[in-house]
Amino acid sequence: MSITTEMVFALALAAFAAQAGAAGIDEAEYGFGTRPSEAELGHFVSPLPDGRGLPQGSGSVLEGKSVYQQQCASCHGEKLQGGLGDRLIGGRGTLVNDSPAKAPVKTVESYWPWPTTLFDYTKRAMPMNAPGSLTDDQVYALTAYILSQANIVSEDAIMSADTLPKVVMPNRDGFIADHRPEHFPPVARTAHQTLAIAPAAK
Amino acid sequence: MSSNSNEAPLGIEARLAREARDLAVKRADPSSAYFAGDAPVRADRRRFVLQSMAALGGTAGVMRNAFAETGVGATVHDVPADASKTPGYPLADESYGTRSQFETEVRRRFKTPTPLSSWTMTPLEAGCGIITPSGLHFERSHAGTAVIDASAHSLYVHGMVREPRKYSMKDLRRFPSISRIMFLECSGNGLTEWSKPTMRTVQFTHGLTSTSEWTGVPLATILKEAGLQRGAKWLLAEGGDAAAMTRSIPLDKAMKDCFLAYGQNGEALRPEQGYPLRLMVPGYEGNINIKWLRRLEVSDTPFMTREETSKYTDLLPDGKAVQFSLAMEAKSVITSPSGEMVLDGPGFHEITGLAWSGRGSIRRVDVSTDGGRTWRAASLQGPVLPICHTRFHFPWTWDGGEAILQSRCVDDTGYVQPTLGQLIAVRGLNGPLGSIYHLNAIQSWLVANDGKVSNVHHY
Repeated sequence: MSITTEMVFALALAAFAAQAGAAGIDEAEYGFGTRPSEAELGHFVSPLPDGRGLPQGSGSVLEGKSVYQQQCASCHGEKLQGGLGDRLIGGRGTLVNDSPAKAPVKTVESYWPWPTTLFDYTKRAMPMNAPGSLTDDQVYALTAYILSQANIVSEDAIMSADTLPKVVMPNRDGFIADHRPEHFPPVARTAHQTLAIAPAAK
Repeated sequence: MSSNSNEAPLGIEARLAREARDLAVKRADPSSAYFAGDAPVRADRRRFVLQSMAALGGTAGVMRNAFAETGVGATVHDVPADASKTPGYPLADESYGTRSQFETEVRRRFKTPTPLSSWTMTPLEAGCGIITPSGLHFERSHAGTAVIDASAHSLYVHGMVREPRKYSMKDLRRFPSISRIMFLECSGNGLTEWSKPTMRTVQFTHGLTSTSEWTGVPLATILKEAGLQRGAKWLLAEGGDAAAMTRSIPLDKAMKDCFLAYGQNGEALRPEQGYPLRLMVPGYEGNINIKWLRRLEVSDTPFMTREETSKYTDLLPDGKAVQFSLAMEAKSVITSPSGEMVLDGPGFHEITGLAWSGRGSIRRVDVSTDGGRTWRAASLQGPVLPICHTRFHFPWTWDGGEAILQSRCVDDTGYVQPTLGQLIAVRGLNGPLGSIYHLNAIQSWLVANDGKVSNVHHY
């Protein structure tokens, strides 16, 4: 069989396609940048709800109470009732609410679905004036303290990478998927009424 | 927006007081659309201005309001009586230009308990065209504006990838780039307006949306470089600010049209927009467009960060909350005439405003001047771009009677902007702030017989 130009071209094209196809998986196209060290990446903390990514360490409710009073109470209140910072506990039973006059009370206790979020957020972003300054043990302890004050874990609970993901938050099943877009037919020629006017400027 | 219904309702009283002070300045300015002199004076604005200037001498223009005195965003120069009779100020050898000292529009901060976690709103009423000046682009930050030296900044890509990568800003600029003119809107835009009309001006009812041209690298390019592992479905984006803001992004969206922006309106990002690097997620709520981006971690599940669980979720009256409601639905607003402006008598007034959709392009905008009984098509001003502010115009001759102005947009998916009643019917009113986020209802402005425009609920 003689080898035609077309065949050579087809073979070359197939080889190129195979190479290009592999590039997405096995090889970078541009190759810019560098490979970071494990130590560099180990600096970041972002646990998943199942506990993957939680660091070593542990903390008790009692230890957490001490850290809370030093680091958190000035903004979140002595009794975790909130202030400059969000209220942290209470509010169970307020989420079902059809009244525009009464606000639902959304706290760690009443609203947050995952315990790992509490560790993650505290570790990354708190306290506001010195984020990232708490040790992993301190953050586990704070997590234990807040969850105990929320009556979610007992007074003798120890939080760690093993125990924290097993905590079931009261509002664990409180979230649903985005169902939008909704369908709104254009409204015209219906009876309208002016319902309210913004308060007059003084 | 990290608003919390537990807080003393977001400092609304303080905000209203501040808005009233701002309005007082505008009302005293005869050249302002908000000027509230009595009718004979308004009819003779030109003479009023000239008399004021004569009374104040050569610096009349500078004196006419508080902002011009301090020159916010401007360099203040002496004002000659006749600029054609004396040379102007010399051209500098090197400069970064500023606006005219006579322009006074500013972003205004919503008075949250701390200015470190707060937001400022764009003066939409003063805008023209579709681009928001970078200095007036709304801000929302959770722990202040980070100060980051671009030459020392790195982006890490890791998790379920073939090989973790670290990029300097110089590395990122080597990749093929794209530019896109695109709106960003905070999903908390209008949160004060669910249960009753609260703020008075369009800046405070709608000013958490802005449009810029953004330039950067497609995220797909970066993710392909690192190589996605089988089973990868989500991506965590983390900011390098003091909040280390984190959000999870579905990987199909990340690969579809997200990009990493280092440019805004032809120059580097502004600090408050995430300098030196920001994740752009076209059409999705502002918060997920992570500023000061330092890290991308690929995963098989969402990370359930604070900002996608305890905040930015839509609590319904039955106690369930909608999560990952990320797309910003179609919305429009008339920016002129708008709240607290005073129409200068019957006759011709152009109605103009903005429409935008996170799901595509604006296909049409209808305007009603009779509170929604009848609607007529507005003209759309080109360019009409997907996921971008689109300006509309509508000629209107005011007969001097009471009128209620509304705009209603339709995007190219066929979605029709709802009335507030329609939206409340599906979201409910769970507390004074309703479900807080994603209020995209038709806005109503009441024009009274005396020309005064007010924010009203009418549906």
